[in-house]
Amino acid sequence: MSTSTADAVVPYDEVVAEFDPVLGLEVHVELGTNTKMFCGCPTEFGAEPNTQVCPVCLGLPGSMPAVNATAVESAIRIGLALNCKIATWCRFARKNYFYPDMPKNFQTSQYDEPICYDGYLDVDVETDEGMKTFRVGIERAHMEEDTGKTSHQGGATGRIHGADYSLVDYNRAGIPLIEIVTKTIEGTGKYAPEVARAYVTALREILRGLGVSDVKMEQGSLRCDANVSLRPSPDAKFGTRTETKNVNSLRSIERAVRYEMTRQAAVLRAGGTIIQETRHWHEDTGITTSGREKSDAEDYRYFPEPDLVPIAPDPAWVEKLRSELPENPAVYQARLQAAWGISDFDMMAVVRSGALDLVAETVALGADQAAARKWWVGELTRIANDRAVELTELPITPADVARVEALVGEGALNDKLARQVIEGVLAGEGSPDEVVAARGLAVVSDDGPLLEAIDAALAESPDVAEKIRSGKVAAAGAIVGAVMKATRGQADAGRVRELLLERLGVSE
Amino acid sequence: MTSELISLTAAETASKVASGEVSAVEVANAHLDRIGAVDERVHAFLYVDREGAIAAADAVDKARAAGEQLSPLAGVPLALKDVMTQKGIPTTCGSKILEGWRPPYDATVTARLKAAGVVILGKTNMDEFAMGSSTEHSAYGPTHNPWDLDRIPGGSGGGSAAAVAAFEAPLAIGTDTGGSIRQPAAVTGTVGVKPTYGAVSRYGLVALASSLDQAGPCSRTVLDAALLHSVIAGHDPMDSTSVTDPVPDVVGAALRADVKGLKIGIVRELGGEGYQAGVRQRFDEAVTILEGLGAEIVEVSCPHFPYALAAYYLILPSECSSNLAKFDGVRFGIRVGEGDGDPSIEQVMGRTRAAGFGDETIRRIMLGTYALSAGYYDAYYGQAQKVRTLIQRDFAAAFAQADVLISPTAPTTAFKLGEKLDDPLAMYLNDVATIPANLAGIPGMSLPVGLAPEDGLPVGLQIMAPALADDRLYNVGAALEAALLQTWGHPILQEAPSL
Ligand SMILES: [Zn+2]
Repeated sequence: MSTSTADAVVPYDEVVAEFDPVLGLEVHVELGTNTKMFCGCPTEFGAEPNTQVCPVCLGLPGSMPAVNATAVESAIRIGLALNCKIATWCRFARKNYFYPDMPKNFQTSQYDEPICYDGYLDVDVETDEGMKTFRVGIERAHMEEDTGKTSHQGGATGRIHGADYSLVDYNRAGIPLIEIVTKTIEGTGKYAPEVARAYVTALREILRGLGVSDVKMEQGSLRCDANVSLRPSPDAKFGTRTETKNVNSLRSIERAVRYEMTRQAAVLRAGGTIIQETRHWHEDTGITTSGREKSDAEDYRYFPEPDLVPIAPDPAWVEKLRSELPENPAVYQARLQAAWGISDFDMMAVVRSGALDLVAETVALGADQAAARKWWVGELTRIANDRAVELTELPITPADVARVEALVGEGALNDKLARQVIEGVLAGEGSPDEVVAARGLAVVSDDGPLLEAIDAALAESPDVAEKIRSGKVAAAGAIVGAVMKATRGQADAGRVRELLLERLGVSE
Repeated sequence: MTSELISLTAAETASKVASGEVSAVEVANAHLDRIGAVDERVHAFLYVDREGAIAAADAVDKARAAGEQLSPLAGVPLALKDVMTQKGIPTTCGSKILEGWRPPYDATVTARLKAAGVVILGKTNMDEFAMGSSTEHSAYGPTHNPWDLDRIPGGSGGGSAAAVAAFEAPLAIGTDTGGSIRQPAAVTGTVGVKPTYGAVSRYGLVALASSLDQAGPCSRTVLDAALLHSVIAGHDPMDSTSVTDPVPDVVGAALRADVKGLKIGIVRELGGEGYQAGVRQRFDEAVTILEGLGAEIVEVSCPHFPYALAAYYLILPSECSSNLAKFDGVRFGIRVGEGDGDPSIEQVMGRTRAAGFGDETIRRIMLGTYALSAGYYDAYYGQAQKVRTLIQRDFAAAFAQADVLISPTAPTTAFKLGEKLDDPLAMYLNDVATIPANLAGIPGMSLPVGLAPEDGLPVGLQIMAPALADDRLYNVGAALEAALLQTWGHPILQEAPSL
């Protein structure tokens, strides 16, 4: 809850007319390893507090860390996917500061010897001049351990000041994290918020593709801190930056950067100075509020972790990991877009909805790309949004969607029935075929019942029948409609028309 | 008679237990009785685990009765330095801040001792968090030297050395960061070995300075130390800094005891000015004995050793300031000042640390915090690490000329309690000869070479070997020990006054 009043802001178009924004993004990714960074404790999300702990991750006297080899491998794969150089020798370092959710009162991290450094990621942003590629430099990607989680009980605000007492859950302490830090991002101009969002979106796709993390922003397995500063012009020296935390959705990244630009512009315009500080993003109100002041003089007394041996990845092993990397998402996207023959705009819609892999899989199973996109980007994305879950969490698979489309192709289902089948699958009624059978949804394709229905309809409208016989084929629609109504939509309209014309001895 | 059981060596005890001549429970009881009789005056122990010891001894006797193969030290009692965790047994590290803490897990060393049927009698006194050379910095009062109860037993492992010297246990575990096994051994007339860095797992050893700490054996004979060494050494996946190389055959080396043709280097920088006359005299006599045994004596120079102490007192406090940060009253140990006003968590952490740590600990935390600070790091910690590299090079050059190096272990014999307590620098100088081995990660042993004529107190000789060549210590140590025993006619500890 925010106690401060909203700050003054400057309209965005005025901000970008007067100032040049500079960004820096820090993304923390929780790795999906089975065990923690330095001990054998499990890492499942949502367990009872302090049940996934041991002497090591509780920082008990005498305990020592041992590096999780899978985490190192994941870190290297992430670095390779971000075009980074991989250190041939590096160490962990201790970042010393006192905080109750830090079991050892130091965090085992990496300092001046990160395992991955000097890479880049190209991201596409739609501009007034069409799609434009921005290159975001990657300063480093390093390994570290997560802290525990403190919750403040009682008091009015749920924050540390005024709380009656605090509870600490160390289940999260020691979960492997990769911190990915960009170089300063300059030259984005007014597209800074879009570039920030596009970067995190692209990064998330890469991480998902690598299978190293479940990258769920809402659960905190991917967290982004946005450093924002303004300067009068691209030639001027950097302005003072703020670091906005608690930005936990793609949409919020764009909004938070935009808001922080408008707030800083108001301070600068009024002749004020920006305070170097941590700011908290509030999703509900769309503003940031001041957190703790952060000075460059903050001293973590880093030194090499003497309880761990240095890491020296074998270059041959690194090359092997490189050769086994999945296709770069950007290349992969371009390839799919070409294969499907769709516009940048349509492709963007697929990517933004997070449906790329789902659509691709559905197409690979034989569905038409347009139909696959229609389901995943349209209907299913809408349902996922309604249920506030990720698309991948819906209880329906690409195989289900492909099967529904196959039934449509065979003429066994029409569009309306197909929707009902999808609905049945989502309701847990089984596979598409099971839903069709259980709900009796098959298109009536046996000519016998159709002919009966046609005869009945003709008998009811002899005048229309006469018109058709006399060559006014357009009148056939009325009879087809009546037949469809009589069969509760389960008939194949095309077949009804064929049979009708045949019956009346008329050709088109 | 119990006095016979307590004066046996570990090797003798193990063989008597294995043959059934005595039971492990009898041996344990004899030592527990001895502790009951003398420890009020010696104060080697902070905690005696009577029930646990008897249960462990009983298990050895039952295993023997069942015809099981006993390990070489089964049934032998041992005193464990209170810096090593033992599940369910109070572990204080000599500090108030850990008062009442019972660790939920065994250190790897503890687990290996238990698995070998060693009977752990209890936890021994030490300088707080192993910082000191006299055991006077224990929050629970000092340990007294069995040779003269008004004198210090060395430190930080004074409790372990005194327990062995006072026949309260034939074996003890010590830890050595700058001499904390070797210097107490020297001033109590016992044997102490700091193995190669990483030879013994540090998992469960409450860290003082991680890059220097090493656990090792304390005993009354070189062979006993070797037997204990081979039980506790070996790679441990829980300690990634532990070495993966096979443990050298230290027992075989102790039994070989042959220095013929060996090159033994005397370190010129260790032993001149500042060393007590009696210490130098006994050292020189030992050199003559070694020469008589067929060793070739050479003099070597290690020109950077004069900088070792300064480098050590930057590296140790730096690492210690970080290692001791976890003692904050949040998860274990004491918590102070919670009810005083409406304090923040940071205030409670501060109050706990201020009340829980002693002066020497606070001094070193302050030093280390300063040395690691931005702007000072390169000048202090960075520079100290460079000195460390130079000392390693000195050793490499010296070992190119000699198979082992020797020096006096400590510059003086045991000093009086309280004598150097207010003079940290004088206290630090006790470790001037032992610190280089820690900085270089090489193994070192101290063994008794006689009594200084001027005060009748024990003098220790230090042997150093290249990393991973711990067996050389035992070979040379056992040869010298045997020759000295022949000269004296009896173990040196028999000359100590009875308690
Ligand atoms: Zn754990």
